[in-house]
Amino acid sequence: MIKARVTVTLKNGVLDPQGKAIEGALGSLGFDGVGQVRQGKVFDLELETADRAKAEADLKAMCEKLLANTVIENYTIALS
Amino acid sequence: MKSAVVQLPGLNRDRDMIAALTKISGVAPVTVWQTETDLPDVDLIVIPGGFSYGDYLRCGAIAARMPVMQAIKAKAEAGVKVLGVCNGFQILLEAGLLPGALMRNASLKFVCREVKLEVVNADTDFTRAYDKGQIIRCPVAHHDGNYFADAETLAAIEGNGQVVFRYADGTNPNGSINDIAGVMNAKGNVLGLMPHPENLIEAAHGGSDGRGLFASVLDVIAA
Repeated sequence: MIKARVTVTLKNGVLDPQGKAIEGALGSLGFDGVGQVRQGKVFDLELETADRAKAEADLKAMCEKLLANTVIENYTIALS
Repeated sequence: MKSAVVQLPGLNRDRDMIAALTKISGVAPVTVWQTETDLPDVDLIVIPGGFSYGDYLRCGAIAARMPVMQAIKAKAEAGVKVLGVCNGFQILLEAGLLPGALMRNASLKFVCREVKLEVVNADTDFTRAYDKGQIIRCPVAHHDGNYFADAETLAAIEGNGQVVFRYADGTNPNGSINDIAGVMNAKGNVLGLMPHPENLIEAAHGGSDGRGLFASVLDVIAA
């Protein structure tokens, strides 16, 4: 079995109102010097295969087809 | 006019849409469940509003991958008219039938109110009953209606007349880029919009500004 982590983040230039709100909340908690905050998503997946190349190809397809909306989001894949 | 209304778990504005289509066209639409792949022969397919799959992952993301969407895609390619309202608009974008994406409202708040819409393009099968530049009233109710498209896509859809409705008179409720409320595909047979025209079609609703959208499709099909 292969464990994988997919991280989905907003593309540069896409407005992130939730990140902005978090940024403001951190400031109000007294954390000075916090620059931009961008919110994303993390998916931990277990794949029943030992073939790392296949796992990587499958994960890429999963990201393109469902996990990320590539109009507004980027993704990265990490195998453990 | 023969129409179909798509039903998916979590969509909750299907009954409003069925009522509007029945009242305006005189014929009750058929309903289509998410697993159906053999769609009835209709002139118009409507994906109504709601919260399909609890808005999990992204609004409309899971619904857009259901079998019925492949069938709708094929129908759209064949020229059948497809209308998506609110969550239906989100589903059409996620399915790649329309350009762009919808994000969380800039205010981060759910908005439920009436807005004003400018009919930007009245030369479409969905808007012929209106005049270009006409301002109509329309209700909205959504949390993720903040339309976004990259600069290139935006220039293309603005240039092609694919921006059909814009929020007018400072009533943009969600931060949509260029005040965009509704867009259609390049071919002009698929329209998505966040506002709910089906909820303003008769005196009991307090107005009938939304009726023109359905009347337009009806006229085009009757012609």
